[in-house]
Amino acid sequence: MTSPAFRQNAHDALADKQLQQALGNVRAGFIDKRAQAAERLPEFEALRDSARDIKNHVLAHLDLYLEHYETKVREAGGHVHFARTAQEACATIVEICKAQGARTVTKGKSMVSEEIGLNAAIEAAGMEAVETDLGEYIIQLRHEAPSHIIAPAVHLTKEQVEADFRRLHKHLPQERDLSQAEALLGEARMVLRKRFLEADVGITGANFLVAETGTSIIVTNEGNGDLTQTLPRVHIVIASIEKIVPTLEDAAQILRVLGRSATGQDMSVYTTLSTGPRRPGDVDGPQAYHVVLVDNGRSAMLGTEFEEMLRCIRCGACMNHCPVYHAVGGHAYGWVYPGPMGAVLSPSLLGVDKAGHLPNASTFCGRCESVCPVRIPLPKLMRHWREREYERHLAPATYRYGLGVWAFFARRPALYKLATGLAMPVMSYLARKQGRFKKLPLASGWTDHRDMPAPQGKTFQAQWRERGGRTR
Amino acid sequence: MSAREDILSNIRRSLGVTGREAPRKAAVEERLRAAPRGVVPARGRLSGGALVDLFRAEAERVAASVAEVSQAQDIVGEVARYLREHNLPASLRMGADERLNGLDWSGVAMEVSQGPSAGDDLNGLSHAFGAIAETGTLAMVSGADNPTTLNFLPDNHIVVLREADLAGDAETLWDRLRARYGKGLAPRTVNLITGPSRSGDIEQQIVLGAHGPRRLHIIILRG
Ligand code: SF4
Repeated sequence: MTSPAFRQNAHDALADKQLQQALGNVRAGFIDKRAQAAERLPEFEALRDSARDIKNHVLAHLDLYLEHYETKVREAGGHVHFARTAQEACATIVEICKAQGARTVTKGKSMVSEEIGLNAAIEAAGMEAVETDLGEYIIQLRHEAPSHIIAPAVHLTKEQVEADFRRLHKHLPQERDLSQAEALLGEARMVLRKRFLEADVGITGANFLVAETGTSIIVTNEGNGDLTQTLPRVHIVIASIEKIVPTLEDAAQILRVLGRSATGQDMSVYTTLSTGPRRPGDVDGPQAYHVVLVDNGRSAMLGTEFEEMLRCIRCGACMNHCPVYHAVGGHAYGWVYPGPMGAVLSPSLLGVDKAGHLPNASTFCGRCESVCPVRIPLPKLMRHWREREYERHLAPATYRYGLGVWAFFARRPALYKLATGLAMPVMSYLARKQGRFKKLPLASGWTDHRDMPAPQGKTFQAQWRERGGRTR
Repeated sequence: MSAREDILSNIRRSLGVTGREAPRKAAVEERLRAAPRGVVPARGRLSGGALVDLFRAEAERVAASVAEVSQAQDIVGEVARYLREHNLPASLRMGADERLNGLDWSGVAMEVSQGPSAGDDLNGLSHAFGAIAETGTLAMVSGADNPTTLNFLPDNHIVVLREADLAGDAETLWDRLRARYGKGLAPRTVNLITGPSRSGDIEQQIVLGAHGPRRLHIIILRG
């Protein structure tokens, strides 16, 4: 792992023109789609409550649901492995692959496999790991980490992808036209089709593990996860322990908020339920089915103020709506989980000494919490980490200074109202130009590296008065 | 201690429980037994033609195409028409499903072969287990009748759906799965398919035809 030195990374990111161009796609691509999808479903807010409650119920009974899930997988002919740490998880998977005499291992998109560094472990054992999700394939070609949990290559422009394909797909004619996304996708489809068919083991993640039936569920759009798990002799599911839901009904509740929050889709294209290996009479499907359940620090989060983070369904909405993420992208966060969810989860999994400064990368604007489908109070949890970090005196002086100014205003709403009201004409002008602020008067030590969310026209209080609302 | 024991006891320590508390066990057993539905959107609570119309509208919204036929034998003509319309060769790969193999293909000069796909079939034909009108989603179950590979490897996937198998929402579909496979049991694979495959991984621009089918055509057998 590289040191997650957010400050320096953010500084570099703000100066990176290609990155800034690509990040425009996050702002343009995700926010409206989510809003429209939520708008189209009158029950959306009630479903968010339902999803939150299901997750809370599971976390409070996690030991029992894990035991039930394990029993059901075994009854369906599958194998369940528990892994305390990243190393243990990697070793378990490498062992299964080796026992198969595997040479090629295909992979569907899995954030926990990124978390544990699975590809490196597979390659170190002399096998080839092939990422098959288009975004993951692209970043694997570039030897990069994902910069977004559902759109791993969102930090790249089309031209960068074209250059990589030309550099690495040497067997294809040089003069081919790769100027359009369609052509790039077509080329990846063709190159990867061969890899799918020759793979010995396929590894997927899981969005849900259903205790009722011992079923793992993946949610994808490309179909790569399905080819990954259907064609090879062995299917390995890697999932962290909090992915459990009690029943299919519970999965359906959360599915209704997952796709809408992630990409604005009512349903992703492929939602696949897998229960054990090939059955008698089946003519395709894997002959063996393994599940590797990874803890890697999660059981220790239960019962703490960070327990709520374990509700996360990895939809990406918090980063899609985060002004800091918009400004610096995912790599600045230094590890596989970026944005607000990463700022809370990374210190929990890596330790406050390694990632405890990440929660400072926030404007505390609250947009992440307002869109989180399982209602995780992300700003509150970031504040918890900040307080802990202060206690340990780990915060660099500039953060303390900058946040001190911000905290001054945060505690004095009247003064903040005055300051923002006065500054609004200037700020609105800047906002139209940039959509966010690189500098905020009075907090410049802080905004040097953090953007303020752009106010939407007049202050709320000013609008309220104009509409005849009273202020007390 | 094994990793399993270690993780379970860590969870229990964090939660301040032993794992033997009767009320906790009862809460889990009750939830698994009753499988409460939670919030089910009103959108899918329709029947008859209105339910078919909703399914059709939702499926078309996600770039699937939909045709309706009134008799099983008309499926043959619709498949032939669809392949012609898209300038595709008159060849089909399908599973052992009696509802498809019982059809008479002799009138349309179709080259029909049976079995899973090995990756070189242009057109696949499957029969759905059911569908969800709320989101225009097909539900396919694995087995020799409708091999899973046919859902993903052919470029063009044609799926037959009986109107009677169309459910308003996922919850109704789960009930039908339980009725078929038993409570607490599931087929090896259930593929819920909502439109043809796509990717948005290059500059967030949605492009159809990623690793799965480029086209999805649904034939609803009414009645
Ligand atoms: S924290 Fe919430 S919004 Fe962010 S990825 Fe997790 S579930 Fe989605």
